[in-house]
Amino acid sequence: MKILTGNDLRTGAVTWWNGSGWSPFVDDAVDVGDEAEEILARETAARRVNAAYMIDAGIDADGHVRPAHIKDRVRALGPTVRRDLAVPTADKTGWDWVI
Amino acid sequence: MYKYDHYDQAMVEARVEEFRDQARRRLEGKLTEDQFKPLRLMNGLYLQLHAYMLRVAIPYGTLDARQLEMLADIADKYDRGYGHFTTRQNIQYNWIKLEDAADILADLAKVEMHAIQTSGNCIRNISADHFAGAAADEVVDPRPYAELLRQWSSFHPEFTYLPRKFKIAVIASAKDRAAMRLHDIGIRIVRHEGEIGAQFYVGGGMGRTPMIAPLVRDFVPIDQLITYAEACLRVYNRYGRRDNKYKARIKILVHELGAAEYTRQVEEEFAHLLSVGVEPPLAELDRIKAHFELPEPLRLPGQATGVKRPSEGSKNGCIPDRARDDGFGLWADRNTHPHRHPDYVSAVISLKPAGGIPGDATSEQMRLVARLARDYSFDELRVLHTQNLLLPHVRIADLHAVWSALDAAGLGAANMDTIEDIIACPGLDYCSLANARSIPLAQRISERFAASGRTDVVGELKLKISGCINACGHHHAGHIGILGVDKKGKENFQLSLGGSEAEDVSLAKITGPGFDEDGVVAAVEKVTDVFLAARTEGERFLDTYRRIGMEPFKEALYGNA
Repeated sequence: MKILTGNDLRTGAVTWWNGSGWSPFVDDAVDVGDEAEEILARETAARRVNAAYMIDAGIDADGHVRPAHIKDRVRALGPTVRRDLAVPTADKTGWDWVI
Repeated sequence: MYKYDHYDQAMVEARVEEFRDQARRRLEGKLTEDQFKPLRLMNGLYLQLHAYMLRVAIPYGTLDARQLEMLADIADKYDRGYGHFTTRQNIQYNWIKLEDAADILADLAKVEMHAIQTSGNCIRNISADHFAGAAADEVVDPRPYAELLRQWSSFHPEFTYLPRKFKIAVIASAKDRAAMRLHDIGIRIVRHEGEIGAQFYVGGGMGRTPMIAPLVRDFVPIDQLITYAEACLRVYNRYGRRDNKYKARIKILVHELGAAEYTRQVEEEFAHLLSVGVEPPLAELDRIKAHFELPEPLRLPGQATGVKRPSEGSKNGCIPDRARDDGFGLWADRNTHPHRHPDYVSAVISLKPAGGIPGDATSEQMRLVARLARDYSFDELRVLHTQNLLLPHVRIADLHAVWSALDAAGLGAANMDTIEDIIACPGLDYCSLANARSIPLAQRISERFAASGRTDVVGELKLKISGCINACGHHHAGHIGILGVDKKGKENFQLSLGGSEAEDVSLAKITGPGFDEDGVVAAVEKVTDVFLAARTEGERFLDTYRRIGMEPFKEALYGNA
């Protein structure tokens, strides 16, 4: 699947396109199919996101969204060395797949 | 240390208001990101993996207690309670909001600090020997010259859009504690026949094409220092490669022209500039020097009253008992450096606890260090390029009190220049350029060596880790260097041996195929095994490597295949 990610303009926080807006949780990310360019242009112009881009991702057996590249997996959860600062998520197995 | 005059203060405050307006316009949509990005970068504001990152300049690594307390306050008020000290003697905050950035700069300006020229293709924060002004072996304090260069390079209209970023280091002793020859310009202040002057090394650097700077001029009279630097920059600015980012650093120009031809062009430009008269008057240098006068007690002869007598074999000749079981003796032996005054030492505060994140300090730790600086070090502090802190002027009689306070706060690690004193860039845990994580490796290696007790046996060994080819972790200059790369979407680590950023400067050589995370940790251990088996009396790892060469290490790592 193709998903969109970027950073919030004001806070810089990592965000994921959920179909109608931007969520801090990677599990909310939706497949954008071939609409990526249009969404990115619209959302960037509206200043709802900064430096957004499209990435490849998959969905695991439990339904969790898994970005394909390690860099985006680290972005999804936070620094692996400061798990106390991680993005709060219901996915308790998150740290098992990030690396 | 240097204090702003009203011109300095006015410039910094004006920049804050300028940036406040730029950030407001970005948030209101009047500037696009493409328009805003170069403006925020000029103020040290990056967009990294998880948030905006602000890099604050600490000129030549010197600051006072009030400034460190402000850095702690910023960590609490705008970030997540900690900061990261970098290999350019700066501090970075990892969780900054754009809407707060101008307020942070305003707070910094209150204590004579800023983030100007901590990014972009300009002359960056000028670094220096962290023992400057205190070291027993220096010719003079190099910081007044670094400050003069800072003032010259700040907002210099001709050098605001160089082909690429530009880094300068200044030292004033035969020992190189600032990786001087791995800078775009490395300056060593020297005394020749009673005259103070400067040696210029130009065209060094790390990154994807590491090079050691050749000597370009053996002696520049000190009243021509700025003129010569300007000539070096002018030739670079005129002919540096702007067509290819990866060939745009001055090291490529010097390499392609050849040091002799580059020098010829610099000398020609220098002669021209001398006729124009760009050098600031010596009175300005004298004004700056006055800020760096030693506190009065350090100008008096040594009293030795109440000072513990030297112990046999101690490097400082002033340390009590290395084997004291409370850990003080070991810390005092490893983490102190001889001071120009016999009753004092410089004390390194390690930000490398075993298993910790190199260079990170909490706001509470920063406040404690600030208090210790105020109480015990004439209100002065330093940031080391090795990502540690320093109290430059500590009375030997006060050393135990300082260590006790540090140790209680988790800052008492006795590991300066050992395998636990690892330089590591933020790596893929924070940095958008990184290909692999650096910090977890540093944590695992330091933990393993601390637990096994081998750190002391191995002795001096400088291990440096970079998470990408940009080499912020100085891996090319590590006795052992590790470079993280992306291998088909997986982290992979190249091991290299034999680098040095000191006066015996050299570039490390890659051992062979890379390793995964577990593999490279094991490889470091194997490499130290080879060293311990082969070393002769008094040899450091680097000495043994240079004597026996790469082959025994390769054999241990890869077998005979």
